[in-house]
Amino acid sequence: MVDITPADTVPPAEVAEMELYHPHSWWTKYVFSQDAKVIAIQYSATATAIGMVALVLSWMMRLQLGFPGTFDFITPEAYYQFITMHGMIMVIYLLTALFLGGFGNYLIPLMVGARDMVFPYVNMLSYWIYLLAVLVLVSSFFAPGGPTGAGWTLYPPQAIMTGTPGGQDWGIILMLVSLILFIIGFTMGGLNYVVTVLQARTRGMTLMRLPLTVWGIFTATVMALLAFPALFVACVMMLFDRALGTSFFMPAIVEMGEQLQHGGGSPILFQHLFWFFGHPEVYIVALPAFGIVSDLISTHARKNIFGYRMMVWAIVGIGALSFVVWAHHMYVSGMHPYFGFFFATTTLIIAVPTAIKVYNWVLTLWRGDIHLTIPMLFALAFIVTFVNGGLTGLFLGNVVVDVPLSDTMFVVAHFHMVMGVAPILVIFGAIYHWYPKVTGRMLNEAMGQFHFWVTFLGAYLIFFPMHYIGLMGVPRRYNELTDMTVMTESAHDLNSFISIMAFLVGFAQVVFLFNLIWSIRHGREAGGNPWRATTLEWQTPQTPPAHGNFGKELPIVYRWAYDYSVPGAKEDFIPQNMPGSFGSSREPA
Amino acid sequence: MSVILVFLLVIVGFAGWWLSHQRLMAKPWLEQGVIGDIIGPEGSTLPTAKIGLGVFLAVVGCLFALFTSAYFMRMALSDWQALPLPRVLWFNTSVLVLSSIALHCASVAARRGQIDTVRLGLATAGLTALVFLIGQLVAWRELTADGYLLTANPANSFFYLITGMHGLHILGGLVALSRTTAGAWNGTPPERLRLSVELCAMYWHFLLFVWLAIFALLAGWAATFIEICRQLLT
Repeated sequence: MVDITPADTVPPAEVAEMELYHPHSWWTKYVFSQDAKVIAIQYSATATAIGMVALVLSWMMRLQLGFPGTFDFITPEAYYQFITMHGMIMVIYLLTALFLGGFGNYLIPLMVGARDMVFPYVNMLSYWIYLLAVLVLVSSFFAPGGPTGAGWTLYPPQAIMTGTPGGQDWGIILMLVSLILFIIGFTMGGLNYVVTVLQARTRGMTLMRLPLTVWGIFTATVMALLAFPALFVACVMMLFDRALGTSFFMPAIVEMGEQLQHGGGSPILFQHLFWFFGHPEVYIVALPAFGIVSDLISTHARKNIFGYRMMVWAIVGIGALSFVVWAHHMYVSGMHPYFGFFFATTTLIIAVPTAIKVYNWVLTLWRGDIHLTIPMLFALAFIVTFVNGGLTGLFLGNVVVDVPLSDTMFVVAHFHMVMGVAPILVIFGAIYHWYPKVTGRMLNEAMGQFHFWVTFLGAYLIFFPMHYIGLMGVPRRYNELTDMTVMTESAHDLNSFISIMAFLVGFAQVVFLFNLIWSIRHGREAGGNPWRATTLEWQTPQTPPAHGNFGKELPIVYRWAYDYSVPGAKEDFIPQNMPGSFGSSREPA
Repeated sequence: MSVILVFLLVIVGFAGWWLSHQRLMAKPWLEQGVIGDIIGPEGSTLPTAKIGLGVFLAVVGCLFALFTSAYFMRMALSDWQALPLPRVLWFNTSVLVLSSIALHCASVAARRGQIDTVRLGLATAGLTALVFLIGQLVAWRELTADGYLLTANPANSFFYLITGMHGLHILGGLVALSRTTAGAWNGTPPERLRLSVELCAMYWHFLLFVWLAIFALLAGWAATFIEICRQLLT
């Protein structure tokens, strides 16, 4: 026990008070607001709305795959458009925006003890540019030729050719413009998240006292700031190829018996740029989830997080490693075997810090006082799902296993488990956890239970059979699977079963949305700290936190974020801003 | 992709150096009380805006490193035909150097509180940067007049793309610079003015550095340099 400063001799907060922008009208308070909390809600609402569109698109795909030939309006072109937009929206406009723009904006200033983000005006611009990006994306549904159907990876040359929906119409152009806008908007927000963590921490909040949520979001933002430029470069160059006729990516090619004016370009160059962004993107989504789930588990198991330092190092280590594994998405592009060997090795190495995190979560639960609240249920579901998805990742990380499986439903099931279902479960858990802080009321418990069990079990009923039919050889990206030898009768039945489960899980999300709206008015009053948690956002004088977050004086931090069940303390949690020493928390091994 | 990896290695090195000063070996579960009294304030003493700009410049650097990576990968393919660089680029380079020097003088003067020199430096920097942009357009016109069109060869495409991207960044800097200049005339408090002048100078020096790197790249010296390095290594 090192008691650094006796409690009664602590000097007053000397951290410079930041100049807060005070809104003067309804418009600047709720619409063009510079308050990170309002921006967070705007981000989350927009991301959820566009996410619902992507959910409906996945239903359309499942209608076609489960019951081929039944629905005339799902033409092959429409099917590819649904695939493309579903993937792009879910990965970028929903997950990235919600974790960093939504949770980042809400939690970073509150958790580090700041009044607001350090550049509030830029933060506001970030949201409006994001909204513009979403609107451009949505507009492509109404453009002549419809949205692009190039697949979410937008591989050239097919992405900008006539045979692909939107390739020679507006679809691909709007897609690229929307991505460029998104990246510009994200960079503005990302600067805020990083610099706020660096510069606006309150007195006593050292880096090693940050809650893991902040560590996860911080590291993910740094990665995103370095990875998104690669997508930016790829998008700009493809826009040049499509609109101005250059040949960055376009090889000499004959289309409908006609020689195109392109020549000599390299589609592989695009793949390198795309995946140099694309693989870090997986961890940009996963790291905030790792951080948040650590806090959920610790709070709801009333126990300090096991191996805090290891957790921090693992987050940073995963962040750095994820930049040298990108080519494992390109095993089938005909790369040099040594190259493949290198990337297989780095891919498998990344499993080490990831496994450390999983062990630490489990060891945090070990002999904890586990409260099976809804956030805890989602956190537990995340651990199981992430382990499942991660293990199939170890299969696919090996070149010899990946090559035959690469174009099958097995890959679809793998990445949906690991970066679709797992992060979404954390998002749900986090919403149930922090909703009382945002609105002052609890979400309805019964609806929450229904939502959890249908989503959790349903996701497994969707994706476990999908692994199986993938191993049987059922290919991905095909819009109709009727006349293939691999499509046995049982495979057809499984496909229909998966589709029905997908509708069910989708329906549960509608219940969740209803719960979100219903509980604003009718939820149980939550009080300031319903989960009896230690971190600073629960210690605000008002709930929901008012403009400026912490009333007159910023809190002073005296301890780390995980003082749960400390022997000798009066209650089973000690808030970070409570002075005095209370004996040591349990010593991690 | 080696250029971007080298760039990231520099970033990782810097991040590692910074993290090593952040007591990552601390055992937070054993420490209670305000640590700040012992090891200083939680954030850096540098102005927040400077750190923000520093992070932004890292992103911009990443962007140009990626363009460079793409340039080298595309260059290796058979249809590449290097284009002759217009002479005016030398003039543009010297003008941009002048612009950077002017801003450097302005920021030194701002530190000493010599408002007249600050105004002179800011105005000179703005005008020379404008001349640079016009010079770049002249270079584009010369190339198109000589038949080196955008789509004719990937070398040409990259030339227009990369110089255009750099020009856009200068243009964005000019917006900030014009606001600072207006502030210098309308009596911004000296502390604030000093900070904005220093931010402009930082951005300008960085973009000058990027331009020199691009110039070396487009002129083909960068490829020669890498070839020499490769031979030394093997």
